[in-house]
Amino acid sequence: MDHLDKLEAQSVYILREAYREFKNICMLWSIGKDSTVLLWLARKAFFGHVPIPLVHIDTHYKIPEMIKYRDELALKWKLTMIYGENSYALQEKKTFPDGNADRISCCQALKTEALKNTLSGEWTRYIMDLNNGKYKVDPKKEKFTGVIVGVRADEEGSRSKERYFSPRDKENDWDVGDQPPEFWNQFKTDFAPGTHIRIHPLLDWTELNVWEYIERENIPVTSLYFDQGNGKRYRSLGCYPCTFPVDSTSKNVGEIIEELKSGKFANIAERSGRAQDKDDGGGLETLRRGGYM
Amino acid sequence: METREQMNIVIVGHVDHGKSTVIGRLLADTGSLPEGKLESVKEYCRKNSKPFEYAFLLDALKDEQAQGITIDTARSFFKTNKRNYIIIDAPGHIEFLKNMVTGASRAEAALLVIDAKEGIRENSKRHGHIVSMLGIRQVVVLVNKMDLVDFDKDVFHSIRSEFSEFLHKVNINPVNFIPISAFHGDNIALKSPHTLWYDGPTVLEQLDGFANKKQNQEMPFRMPVQDIYKFTEQGDDRRIIAGTILSGQISCGEEVVFLPSNKRSVVKSVERFNVSPHNTAYAEEAIGLTLQTQIYIKPGELLVKAGEKQPILSSRFKANIFWVGKAPLVKHKSYKLKIGAMRIGVKLVDILNIIDAAELNIDTFKDQVERHDVAECIFETVKPIAYDTIVDIELTGRFVIVDNYEISGGGIILEGIADSEHTLVEHVRDREYLWDKGLIPSSQRETFYGHKSKFIVITSGTEGNENAIQDIGRRLEKILFDKKFKAYYLGVSSLSLGLASELVSGYEGRDEHIRQIGELARIFTDSGQIFITSVFNLDDYEAEKLKLLNQPNDILIVNIGDTPFNTFRPDASIEPDGAVDRVCDLLKKQEVIFDYNI
Repeated sequence: MDHLDKLEAQSVYILREAYREFKNICMLWSIGKDSTVLLWLARKAFFGHVPIPLVHIDTHYKIPEMIKYRDELALKWKLTMIYGENSYALQEKKTFPDGNADRISCCQALKTEALKNTLSGEWTRYIMDLNNGKYKVDPKKEKFTGVIVGVRADEEGSRSKERYFSPRDKENDWDVGDQPPEFWNQFKTDFAPGTHIRIHPLLDWTELNVWEYIERENIPVTSLYFDQGNGKRYRSLGCYPCTFPVDSTSKNVGEIIEELKSGKFANIAERSGRAQDKDDGGGLETLRRGGYM
Repeated sequence: METREQMNIVIVGHVDHGKSTVIGRLLADTGSLPEGKLESVKEYCRKNSKPFEYAFLLDALKDEQAQGITIDTARSFFKTNKRNYIIIDAPGHIEFLKNMVTGASRAEAALLVIDAKEGIRENSKRHGHIVSMLGIRQVVVLVNKMDLVDFDKDVFHSIRSEFSEFLHKVNINPVNFIPISAFHGDNIALKSPHTLWYDGPTVLEQLDGFANKKQNQEMPFRMPVQDIYKFTEQGDDRRIIAGTILSGQISCGEEVVFLPSNKRSVVKSVERFNVSPHNTAYAEEAIGLTLQTQIYIKPGELLVKAGEKQPILSSRFKANIFWVGKAPLVKHKSYKLKIGAMRIGVKLVDILNIIDAAELNIDTFKDQVERHDVAECIFETVKPIAYDTIVDIELTGRFVIVDNYEISGGGIILEGIADSEHTLVEHVRDREYLWDKGLIPSSQRETFYGHKSKFIVITSGTEGNENAIQDIGRRLEKILFDKKFKAYYLGVSSLSLGLASELVSGYEGRDEHIRQIGELARIFTDSGQIFITSVFNLDDYEAEKLKLLNQPNDILIVNIGDTPFNTFRPDASIEPDGAVDRVCDLLKKQEVIFDYNI
């Protein structure tokens, strides 16, 4: 087995462990390459099926191609596709693009708050009708007690300290100083009422591994990652007011891998195009403590 | 396309002996730092008027920067020409030992750092001991801060001889000792001009010299059954046994045994997704299997090959346990054991000795295992489980214990103990000895009621028969009652609303229900009644348990349709049609009830 085979096997093991242990489980799909690889790994784990609902938090500032790609794939792979949003903040225009919030509070409102209330079932969830591709209000309001997330340890400091199975308390707090032990391949799969668990199957993957795997498995990713002829492409995807494309002429997966291995990105942090990180003192810790992914 | 080899390394040692500095150095000297990182940390130091240290590159969390110690394991990535590394920084402070365990659990090799000036400290030893227990065999000791002792070779040699002796006692043969100064970069990437008396490798050379873990292809086949999938709604009628192969290999057509149920079948296909089909699967692969025959098995069983060395099958074992729980490990309390894919109730039966992980003193008088203790203990599970000893097959000889939702200890199985003397047998013996008997002998009750007492258990292994057997139980009660017999039906689900309503988790729910039904049956039958219950998919162990708990009174186990048992012989095996009448006939034949009484 080569290194990608080992990473894949470990992620599949974690996904199966999560599916076995948690009744109300979902997977966050940001439409980015990492969570798309995660989605692919779920198809590996469950032999072509995805028995876990996918949840996307729509800030309504996402790059439009992202939403189109999400809905096309959801129909093609017959996904249980759910999205949630912070309709209050959007109606009241309490956002950074509206000039009524700084970047961090905007992230907190449109992503963290929306996520928290979508997972708990307190705010409306929308689910795709696979017959016509349209969304309707999801009648199910159960709280998700297990949430699968595609974070990687190499992304930034606080993520390097995550567990594969990481508990969050009633307030969604992450107590970094008092995390449960993980002995060998036994993870925290028991949880007290009111708490929930974040599951991180991609923790040991690097950005390069993700692209190598996308190439090997021929996983469809959105074209935003590739240069469309103007010498720019996205390296990390987010909301358009806060995410900027990088200068790069990589037009396909192979060229991106080459660029990461030896080219100009070999030593530049992946999230360097994400403005909110810098506003949080170089780390995502403040955001992540509150539940940011 | 070829991906590079990778290795996970953990770095351990006493607090402040310089682990984070070693990592910072390794990252910087191998050019593995992302450009943004060094600047942001330098900027942070400038803002906070702190001198820059390599350790700050890792202490990403603000808490840790404030306290100056590592509190949780952090992973860093670096590469050499040979391979990519993930280096896991494990905290040196005793309070964070469980984090250290987490880090070390994922590693194939360990760097153990000792401060040359401070020498060997408590956690140098404790970490050495735990690294050994976790199964890491490649250990190199870095004697750090050599600059503070003027690169004195005598200091180095004295630490080497003293620490070698200790490591030897915990079964570690260190690969090497390297004198370094992480702060100045001596013997990290480049040979130091200050230690000309040292002719061994640098840290980087040493790392590249470590061997990647061997895959356990040659060992007997072991695969814990993680789950059983059937995606019928998606138009897929495969019934797939899913799991990760821990050791050995498996091919289509081979005969397999599920343990502890002892059910057998033959592999029909090896299932994978988006891979060209092939008929053999090897250790470390996460796969699926389909079988030639449809047998009822549960997640948690261990799948092995017939004709290969079999694992031990028993409910008792001797183990070394390392305890990190908030509450101590005590006797007579129910815990949850996780071994492979099995989750099962477990009790601590006996503490043989408690080893001080740092000093290796043995304490034989403590009656509980406290946080950070390593203890040799005997455990007993509620039912037999399949396992190997740590010496035979490492991956099926490891377990964890869960207390109050938390993983509280990790253990390695030293030897199996045969199931001769169950705690349950002892319990029943004690219970009968101490039973507070009334003044009425059972013969008098029989005469008065006109029938004997009996515990009747109705079960079935036919899928979908759950409701049918409940219905048979209820109708049997009605018929007997109408004939003026003292009969009572209790549905198991009623227990969880009353007697067992305090149970919090599902894993031990069933075992506990079986125990309660058995104890209740003992009371009901003692009072002269016919006590009826139905339990779907009763297995061999559960049947034996009910029989034992109901002693000294009589039990009648009736199976309807397909048998759920492997070798256990029920008292009767009948079809659903006319089942109630057949049970009545049986009761007459056994002279529990009499015709003339009607």
